[in-house]
Amino acid sequence: MKRAHLSILLMASTVLGMSGAAQAQDVTLTIESWRNDDLAIWQEKLIPAFEAQHPGINVEFSPSAPTEYNAALNAKLEAGSAGDLITCRPFDASLELYKKGQLADLSDLEGMRNFSDVAKSAWQTDDGSATFCVPMASVIHGFIYNKDAFEELGIEPPATEEEFFAVLDKIKEDGTYIPMAMGTKDLWEAATMGYQNIGPNYWKGEEGRLALIKGEQKLTDEPWVAPFETLARWRDYLGDGFEAQSYPDSQNLFTLGRAAIYPAGSWEISVFNEQADFEMGAFPPPVQAEGDTCYISDHTDIAMGMNADTEHPEEARTFLNWVASDEFATIYANALPGFFSLSSTPVEMEDPLAREFVSWREKCEPTIRSTYQILSRGTPNLENETWVAAANVINGTETPEEAAKRLQEGLASWYEPQQ
Amino acid sequence: MAAAKKPVRWHIAVFLAPAVLIYTSVMILPLFGTLQLSLFGRGESGLIFVGFDNFRTLLFDPRWSASFWNALWNNTWFFIIHMAVQNPIGILLAALLSNPRLRLRGFYRTAIFVPTILSFVIVGFAWKLILSPLWGVAPSLLDMVGLRSLFEPWLGKEEYALTTLGLISVWQFIGIPMMLIYAALLSIPEELLEAAECDGITGMSQFWKIKLPLILPSIGIISVLTFVGNFNAFDLIYATQGAMAGPNFSTDILGTFLYRTFFGFQLQIGDPNMGATIASMMFLIILVGVCIYLFMIQTRLRRYQF
Repeated sequence: MKRAHLSILLMASTVLGMSGAAQAQDVTLTIESWRNDDLAIWQEKLIPAFEAQHPGINVEFSPSAPTEYNAALNAKLEAGSAGDLITCRPFDASLELYKKGQLADLSDLEGMRNFSDVAKSAWQTDDGSATFCVPMASVIHGFIYNKDAFEELGIEPPATEEEFFAVLDKIKEDGTYIPMAMGTKDLWEAATMGYQNIGPNYWKGEEGRLALIKGEQKLTDEPWVAPFETLARWRDYLGDGFEAQSYPDSQNLFTLGRAAIYPAGSWEISVFNEQADFEMGAFPPPVQAEGDTCYISDHTDIAMGMNADTEHPEEARTFLNWVASDEFATIYANALPGFFSLSSTPVEMEDPLAREFVSWREKCEPTIRSTYQILSRGTPNLENETWVAAANVINGTETPEEAAKRLQEGLASWYEPQQ
Repeated sequence: MAAAKKPVRWHIAVFLAPAVLIYTSVMILPLFGTLQLSLFGRGESGLIFVGFDNFRTLLFDPRWSASFWNALWNNTWFFIIHMAVQNPIGILLAALLSNPRLRLRGFYRTAIFVPTILSFVIVGFAWKLILSPLWGVAPSLLDMVGLRSLFEPWLGKEEYALTTLGLISVWQFIGIPMMLIYAALLSIPEELLEAAECDGITGMSQFWKIKLPLILPSIGIISVLTFVGNFNAFDLIYATQGAMAGPNFSTDILGTFLYRTFFGFQLQIGDPNMGATIASMMFLIILVGVCIYLFMIQTRLRRYQF
């Protein structure tokens, strides 16, 4: 009798104790982010999906304005009041935080296996030994075209450079459409949608990019000058007064149906879907000769890391493993067409244009923008200089060789491997 | 005879104190803070004192100095446009407005002054639209008078962009010299003009021989205001051309150069110390300019006493 009482008491206390422990596990993780546009997606889709599978962990998404994010995050981290999970900008901004010991090393996180080296490269130390953020999304470059216009003129999306210029000639000859919607006024269009878009085909993606970082290739070498030469040929196919055409001007020219081809980044997809009332298609940057391996810029843009001072490292890691999962990738990529998951397993997407863009990953070699890793740390800043150079080349105020020479001199002035 | 003790005039100090305190804390201290920041650099372990090393980098390192001299020259050109266009036209408008026979004077005065009170952002945006080769009214207006061939994408061409922006700024600020000169012209005593008429000086020669010398001090003040304003300019260029001041840095002035350096831009990480160095150089340039004006020009201008 007594024993039975005792065992009941013991069992009861164990149960009570366990429930107490379960209550103690109920933790709240806070996410720091600059994507206040995505607030609804996080609150309505992503967080409920995670919480349903992980009772006991609550997640809160608390974004700040994009332009204030870096400053606000730094201040919070210094003061020790930052959230448990930190959305990471690519390259140097996040690397700086890791070096200061504010982002935890996540190299051994299980979910990291789902990502290729290129996908992780934006959030690694220079030697690649430590990874500190889980890659979330990238943007892919290519060309979006007006399908109706192409049908009307009886032309097909080009695969090689020769075909590309033949198509442009045809559109120009017909005269109904401006062949290509791009301006040089805002500079970055010329570099990002021009140089970084078509460039990887010339410098063979990662091969050239890494050789440049190691100092084995120079910006004056043929693979780095050739994209400028092609860009210079674009001049004849741009609209009247393209020198003063700004980025929103180009978007409008295309969505109003006045231009046939738009050199693009995939982030345009959701905007264009809303504005354009014709069918759109997309083709990857044309290769030089038929059958050449194609390379695309699949640029790593956003990731998530863990605050090194978090009080709940285990739960944070659980969440990050989920961010690395296929489920997260599917929800995220469908909610934001044009921001593609970096996961190695392909994601099923509904948007046809987004599907077209992401299908290139299967046949082309991905790389990231050449100027983003390491090479834009010093003064003069290679990324900014490339903007100016690309715009100059298209405007015809600088020859491709001169532009390349100037960029190389600037880079060599502070970057040792290039000296 | 005990000297009557002058009472200490405490009220002057008391009433000036709030202004002095606020001005000191928000203007003078930050100014010295900037000057101090320019003497430091980032070393292995935080900030280290580097003396005038940042200034040496800015002026003699070929990369930095090219940007600096380019920006300084652009600033100077911006100033030249204002001096050559804004002030003469301002004086002309004031002379026309002060003509007692002109009707609707109040309307003209207001209409010309209105742009001055608009924000730079609005002015920049409006002109960007007007001059846009795609949607702007400038090409079609030129077309109406048969001069379409003269149209150029002015804001996108290296050779025109800065001059175009200078003229936009002139359009915006022409009201200021106009108003100041107008006030100066109105304050010229009637007797003086009547005396001139008795001597047979009328019309244009009256303007050149009597009025102009009398408004010279006002023109001097306007010049120095224009100088300070132009060398501190930033907003208009930033609003129309962005922080990179394109095309090819042809519209880069010290203000945009400072902004890019201090706060960073795109992948460029901000460098507060070099930024402060540029800010200090701007301060020195303006200081020297104003001193030249005060000691060499202002002292030679005679005030006419009536």
